[in-house]
Amino acid sequence: MFQFKEVKYKEILDLPDLYINFGITVLLGASGSGKSTILKMLNKMISPTQGTILYQGKNLKDLSSVEHRRNVTMLSQNPTMFEGNIRDNLTIGLEFQGKEIPDESELAEILKQVQLKKELSESVLNLSGGEKQRLALGRLLLLDPQVYLLDEPSSALDDNTEEIIIQMITEHVKKRDKSVIMVTHSKNIAEKYADEILQIGHGRVLNRR
Amino acid sequence: MRGIIDLSVTQVILSYIFVVIVLFILKKRGIKREKEMLISSFRMTFQLILTGYVLVYIFKNPNPFITVALIIIMECFAIYTVFQKFKGKLTNKLKQVIAIAMVIGTISCLTYFLMIVIRIYPWYDPQYFIPIAGMMIGNSMTGISLAVKSLLEGMTLQKNVVEEAMILGASPKMATKGIINKTFDAAIMPTINSMLGMGIIFLPGMMTGQILSGTSPATAVNYQIAIMLGILGAVSLTVILLLQFGYRSFFNEEDQLIQ
Repeated sequence: MFQFKEVKYKEILDLPDLYINFGITVLLGASGSGKSTILKMLNKMISPTQGTILYQGKNLKDLSSVEHRRNVTMLSQNPTMFEGNIRDNLTIGLEFQGKEIPDESELAEILKQVQLKKELSESVLNLSGGEKQRLALGRLLLLDPQVYLLDEPSSALDDNTEEIIIQMITEHVKKRDKSVIMVTHSKNIAEKYADEILQIGHGRVLNRR
Repeated sequence: MRGIIDLSVTQVILSYIFVVIVLFILKKRGIKREKEMLISSFRMTFQLILTGYVLVYIFKNPNPFITVALIIIMECFAIYTVFQKFKGKLTNKLKQVIAIAMVIGTISCLTYFLMIVIRIYPWYDPQYFIPIAGMMIGNSMTGISLAVKSLLEGMTLQKNVVEEAMILGASPKMATKGIINKTFDAAIMPTINSMLGMGIIFLPGMMTGQILSGTSPATAVNYQIAIMLGILGAVSLTVILLLQFGYRSFFNEEDQLIQ
């Protein structure tokens, strides 16, 4: 799906040759190893300082960034909330992309899926870090891109919720034939759900399983 | 209608008594601003006397080249003032947008105002051209300064919001929409507020000047209404042009935020 050719990003990454296949890929590694930078390059929030990245055989440079980000969408580690209530924050991505807004019951169902026990009309100001993360995951599920880029999607969750959330995402994407590229610290999550694990360290791929 | 009472040099000097009083109060209260007060009073006097001589000469010898040259100087000075105010904070791209917005915004409104509304003849008549250009360029300069300040602040403080919107598939234009709207409000508010208070809270300077010089208040009012709308047009157009093209200067060709 993604192919890196002689890619470098400043002094942070050096990836001479890397494939990321369809399915569920987990990037494992310590903080500062360059995992999040890889995700940002995959959805064109940044471009490599050297080399090329191909997505389904096409050079990322030649693709419209906005269109590409709609196909390959990221959940950031500390997602930012927009002004308004939970409903506004769930649907804002759909608005940006000019997609139809589902009805109340469908939106409430999404909240249930991401284990967020809140009303749609509640303000986002009082949400905890974990709740914001789940709300952001909810809006990503509504967008339903081809590739989900998840940057530590469960970093602010307790072990139990983490397990439920990750299981839900993996089932959701498998059912719809989508792909996930997920950054995590958790070896347990990686072993349990990944089709492929890439161990990243010092800006390089150390190991592939 | 009576003509204006001519002010002699002695009479002008008499008004310096206000500066003396203020200096006395400053000294007594220990507020160390005497130097600034004196410098600004003298500078104002010197600049205005100089302008007076220049205008007397220009009005006596109307010449299209001199009128155009003066407008160019005013535009350059206004643009330079904005650049100086945000020294070190403007990218070259944003500087270009500021200069273009300033020139197109003011010149187009000025041309319409002088040729269609007031209908001056000859087209370069400095008696109309220069003061009206001054008002439009001056107000647009203030508007663009407020806009640049608000835009830079918005793009810094709300960078994460812009980034999050782009992650969710927003184009740079959509991602910056909130900042752009707030910036327009911030830039245009002083003009709107001054229109709201006009005639009740204060009498605008141009109208006061015309009345003092013997123009009938009815004519002065008509001029003031027209010029105020002209200023509103020039400020709005300048700010809209800045925002329309300025937000792009924060993004590269690949629609990525320039770090």
